[in-house]
Amino acid sequence: MTPPTDLTCREMVELVNDYLEGGLAAGERARFEAHLSVCDPCTTYLAQVRETIRLAGRLTEESVPSEVRDELLRAFRSWKDA
Amino acid sequence: MASPEDLQLVRALRAGDEVAFMMLVERYGPAMLRLARMYVPTRVIAEDVVQEAWLGVLKGLDGFQGRSSLRTWIFRILVNTAKTRGQRESRSIPFSSLWSPNPESEPAVDPERFRSAGDASPYGWLDRPTSWEGVPEDRLLSQETLDHIQASIDGLPPNQREVIRLRDVLGWSSEEVREALDISATNQRVLLHRARSKVRAALERYFQEEMTKA
Repeated sequence: MTPPTDLTCREMVELVNDYLEGGLAAGERARFEAHLSVCDPCTTYLAQVRETIRLAGRLTEESVPSEVRDELLRAFRSWKDA
Repeated sequence: MASPEDLQLVRALRAGDEVAFMMLVERYGPAMLRLARMYVPTRVIAEDVVQEAWLGVLKGLDGFQGRSSLRTWIFRILVNTAKTRGQRESRSIPFSSLWSPNPESEPAVDPERFRSAGDASPYGWLDRPTSWEGVPEDRLLSQETLDHIQASIDGLPPNQREVIRLRDVLGWSSEEVREALDISATNQRVLLHRARSKVRAALERYFQEEMTKA
């Protein structure tokens, strides 16, 4: 079992994003990875956050309403002709 | 820094290339509309702000230095335009608070899912997450799953929603998001953390229902 000075699972889930963002200081990163190496559920949790990011990347933006698009095209043309 | 594609787009816009302009409008228009709407009271005014911002972009093309990417430059103009307009519409909420995370803590995972402090493994998982490795790829990428993610992003507070969209849906870097929205590194990080945590939790619930159905 993990010694009490180490990160708890409840702390781990709050650090996952900083870990992925490269925002953990070296020492904290080492503690994070040490915990991961012995904790399956936290490893699963990290994989799920990574998967969430990957899947979000597959979303497409909504499209611009056609009246807004037409209005912008008109504005572009008058800018061009000015 | 502006990419070669950015510089090419700027040249095309200067030359009056409608296709290039409309491509940018399609690409960034929806995010610009949603962002503008955070600063002004109505959708109609937000549309107005977007148009004014694009005119500002076109008029400013000669001054585009390429020190930032084209998109962050466009969004800076949008945000500044929206702030000015929002002030004129005398919005009561100070704009700085728009991007401050909710001061109440929002745990990434329901605290009930962890053991108590006095347990043999204090704050260890009690209700551990189930791996999604068994979920087939075509199920992960199905329209239904994507609709579900979309709905959970749409349900986030606007500041979390826009940060996760720029970062994870549109694929911007954290520097670009900070620069485009004029927000601190801390706010960006906290908003993204909360947004990703909530979308993960929504997906977990969704896959769990799926797995029990199967």
